[in-house]
Amino acid sequence: MAEQTDKVLQVELVAADRLVWSGQATMVIARTTEGDVGILPNHAPLLSSIIEGVVDVQTVEGETWVAAVDAGFLSVADNRVSILSERAEMSHEIDLEHARAELERCKQAGENDDEAQEKVRRLEARVRAAERAS
Amino acid sequence: MALSVREYRARIRSTESMKKITRAMELIAASRIIKAQQRAQAAAPYARELTRAVSAVATFSNVDHALTLEPEDPKRAAILIVTSDRGLAGAYSSSVLKEAERLIEKLKGEGKDVDIYISGRKGEAYFKFRQRAIAQAWTGFSDQPTYDVAAEIGATLIETFLDEDGVDEVHVVYTRFRSMLSQEPTAVRLLPLEVVEGTEAPEKDDLLPLYEFEPSPSDVLDSLLPRYVQSRIFFALLQAAASELAARQKAMKSATDNADELIKKYKRIANQARQAGITQEISEIVGGVNALADAQAGSE
Repeated sequence: MAEQTDKVLQVELVAADRLVWSGQATMVIARTTEGDVGILPNHAPLLSSIIEGVVDVQTVEGETWVAAVDAGFLSVADNRVSILSERAEMSHEIDLEHARAELERCKQAGENDDEAQEKVRRLEARVRAAERAS
Repeated sequence: MALSVREYRARIRSTESMKKITRAMELIAASRIIKAQQRAQAAAPYARELTRAVSAVATFSNVDHALTLEPEDPKRAAILIVTSDRGLAGAYSSSVLKEAERLIEKLKGEGKDVDIYISGRKGEAYFKFRQRAIAQAWTGFSDQPTYDVAAEIGATLIETFLDEDGVDEVHVVYTRFRSMLSQEPTAVRLLPLEVVEGTEAPEKDDLLPLYEFEPSPSDVLDSLLPRYVQSRIFFALLQAAASELAARQKAMKSATDNADELIKKYKRIANQARQAGITQEISEIVGGVNALADAQAGSE
């Protein structure tokens, strides 16, 4: 038991209203307020705020999962990684065309307050996630 | 017999169609309640992880945060009352409102002014009808609340709590879903926050590790606590939604049963009236024949 948990990360990607993904992974990359962090097994306990962006998860099977997340948290302890975000979507759940169109619309609207910028960042993250996956 | 057979038949028909409606509502509520419970379950991991994170920060840093500070002399309180949008749910809304009134009385007794925030049309109507001021009301989602709504309510409440001239404490009154048969109106204090562990006690070996915080404990706490509040509100809304549907199902089930009873009763009375009518007709005919026979016998 101890040996197994030494080598893999138990990852949970959780949105406010559902569990988006959970499983075992060898690496997780997320964007915190300080920049991208990569989490490998046996990482020191960490609690950090993340911003709108893309989360990369390399599963034990060697696959790569990409997800778009909103601002939220990343917590790492005992090889358990939880990514909490109000909204989160796996890349295969995102309709790329639709996401692009929405991003364009939002940029065209040209609003420049915090809320609009946050929305643009969120939409960009979705487009990036979907592009990476396709 | 006060009414004719025809009128009883009409009553039976209308009761039957009402029964169909209440039966349909019962079935709809029953199917939605499963969904509501699933949503509540799906939201549980988020709440659990948030609580873990908050207790981690609270344990390892002595950071005071505006949201956890107890005001020295609370003068004003806000209450968020979670009611339903629609009626026909038995005593659901009225029992949560009763609980809220009790809390209002208590707070007023402690010398605090009370601001009322409401979710659900029923509560809004209750206070409007009594011409009592409502600080703000949110409606139109009571049986399937989304996180966005909870976030909006949370943001509003936090804003008024942090405001200098705002409130000093925030309470939530909602209905806790214990089981299909029992739902309980509950009042909890939301702000200032008391960080509590989840309902399950942590396991012995589940000690919290020594976290590193990025960028800093206070920054993490800054963005963590508002989310914690919002998630608590979301939890309350989800519980209330499940309770509302359970109450509606129960109310509609007893309405359907009552309709059945009523139909049975009316059928019995209608049959009696029909029988009485026939008896009367026969006795009239017999009486008429006898009178005719008597008259003929007299003239001969």
